[in-house]
Amino acid sequence: MTEITFRQALQRGLREALDADPDVFLMGEDIGKYDGAYAVTQGLLDTYGPDRIRDTPISEAAFVGAGVGAAVAGLRPVVELMSMSFSLVASDQIVNMAAKIRYMSGGQVKVPMVLRAPTGGGVQLAATHSQSFENWYASTPGLKVVTPSSPYDALGLLRSSIEDDNPVVFAENALLYGVRGEVPDDEYRVPIGVAAVKRAGTDITLVGWAHGVVTLLDAAEKLAETGVSAEVIDLRTLRPLDMDTVVESVERTGRALVLDENWRTAGLGAEIAAEIGYRSSDYLDGPVARVGGADAPAPYTRPLEQLGIPQTQWVIDEIEKTYGI
Amino acid sequence: MYLIRQFEEVCGEMYTRGQIRGFLHLYIGEEAVAVGAISQLQPHDYIVTHYRDHGHALARGIDPDRTMAELFGRIGGLSKGKGGSMHLFDVEKGFIGGHAIVGGQFPLAAGLALSHQYRKTDGVCVVFFGDGSTNQGTYHEVMNLASVWKLPMLFFLENNLYGMGSRFDRVRAGGEDFYPGAATYGIDQAAVVDGMDVLVVQEATKLALESIRAGNGPAFIEAKTFRFQGHSMADPVKYRDNSETASWEERDPVTTFPGQLLEQGLLTEAELDEIRNRVDAEVAAAVKFAEDSPFPPDEELFTDIYA
Ligand SMILES: Cc1ncc(C[n+]2csc(CCOP(=O)(O)OP(=O)(O)O)c2C)c(N)n1
Ligand SMILES: [Mg+2]
Repeated sequence: MTEITFRQALQRGLREALDADPDVFLMGEDIGKYDGAYAVTQGLLDTYGPDRIRDTPISEAAFVGAGVGAAVAGLRPVVELMSMSFSLVASDQIVNMAAKIRYMSGGQVKVPMVLRAPTGGGVQLAATHSQSFENWYASTPGLKVVTPSSPYDALGLLRSSIEDDNPVVFAENALLYGVRGEVPDDEYRVPIGVAAVKRAGTDITLVGWAHGVVTLLDAAEKLAETGVSAEVIDLRTLRPLDMDTVVESVERTGRALVLDENWRTAGLGAEIAAEIGYRSSDYLDGPVARVGGADAPAPYTRPLEQLGIPQTQWVIDEIEKTYGI
Repeated sequence: MYLIRQFEEVCGEMYTRGQIRGFLHLYIGEEAVAVGAISQLQPHDYIVTHYRDHGHALARGIDPDRTMAELFGRIGGLSKGKGGSMHLFDVEKGFIGGHAIVGGQFPLAAGLALSHQYRKTDGVCVVFFGDGSTNQGTYHEVMNLASVWKLPMLFFLENNLYGMGSRFDRVRAGGEDFYPGAATYGIDQAAVVDGMDVLVVQEATKLALESIRAGNGPAFIEAKTFRFQGHSMADPVKYRDNSETASWEERDPVTTFPGQLLEQGLLTEAELDEIRNRVDAEVAAAVKFAEDSPFPPDEELFTDIYA
């Protein structure tokens, strides 16, 4: 095992995939000569050359759609967006093209493409650069949506995503790039669509994904000090959603909290909470507790921005309020 | 050309009878464009087009039976009835849709062209589009991208003067001709042709493809043409004068081209009748095939979502 950052894990995943399959290539804005806006692709141009590490114009609709075309032709493009917020410019290509072309062709084509993008807020980039549309894409049949929270998952899920025959939206919460963690020295995969128990517990099930898992693990640590044993489930994939792992845990602990860092209203957290209620109400000691981001555009100024992002204490307070523990 | 014409005349009939539903956009009047252009392609070339796609599909040699069945929404259709008229696909023929978001097809075509470049084949992707779609950002983005990357791509504008009810001069600032705009993106291989003359379309396409296959990057062809009927079956055509339509109908390629051949003695009346009878029978058989094909079973709702 070696300890590396989330960013290094992604780069290793990209290199392994590029080495393994000549059909894999990368494209995106400033991923080559500039080394990538978040430096994930640093140095790749030197190793693999401009045919496989392609700098694109600032034309999201054009190059995301070109990724779909190349994938339909059997290549395995890994397309990087500088920010998930910019995916809106290409959302037609993602939702109306990538997610639909297989279905509308009656299964004649497939789209083995990965769309990587940094997501999330917390670094004062204000309203247009702090969004996490993986929530939206997760409601679209035809797409898969992957949201790793650790270097181990980032590398393993990236390999699986690139090898998958479907369009995968691969969301990289930008707050995680510097997070360190152990990864095996040998190649490995983490399967898409399988949640992971990141901390075992008996009193309550905490459910989250991506950066939210960091908050939940922190909350679980604090809860342990007061004698509450919390189980933390990292969904890892938002579509397909592994509800079985969640439900199995909730039925053991009898309590559940869902953390969704994005806008609370109509977000994926609401879907998960509803599904837990629907499937496990006989086992629950109370309603499913929910913590979500503020229903407001992300403000620039730090105090206000922090006010909108779920904190460890919110989780603890919400559990106390809902279950009295 | 006559196959496309007859096929679509019958489509119109089937629409009236409720066998075909949803949106149906007929290509009637524009046949010389698809036939002239697609006749010059190789089997390994890709074709991407818009929702007015029956002509391109049939010109590519796609099975009329399965095309009609698709329009009927039957399991025997090209896409098991899941795509319909606007979304025809036949991957074996390099026919990658039928796309109904105006301008949505440009990026896809660029990616298909990129795959040829990446694999170092001499393949090309031709993208067909309407005058109306040139006001979408993707048109401009992809012309630039294709030119910067020297993609083997043929931009084929079917300028039928109207996007639904909007004549080009009401929605376009750039004037009557579109092809000069290609030069703005460094695409110098750009031409304008009479889209009512199949031989002229053929010749221009041949030249463009030669340039593309020689590695010069994308080319652009604008064909001036006209759709004789409404935008779709739902269009009562209130926005244009019948005299405009009539003047184009005089140049109908489905009658003028055989007329030329007869005049030059390259075809006899008997041969022409024979061809038309054969095609009529082929289209009748396609309708029969479609009628006999069942609707897809309920399970099909959830298949083909993921590979
Ligand atoms: C993004 C989008 N906007 C609007 C429409 C509705 N629409 C369908 S066809 C069309 C006109 C397009 O005209 P043109 O590109 O000239 O093609 P033509 O129909 O003349 O072949 C419009 C406005 C659409 N399908 N997609
Ligand atoms: Mg038009």
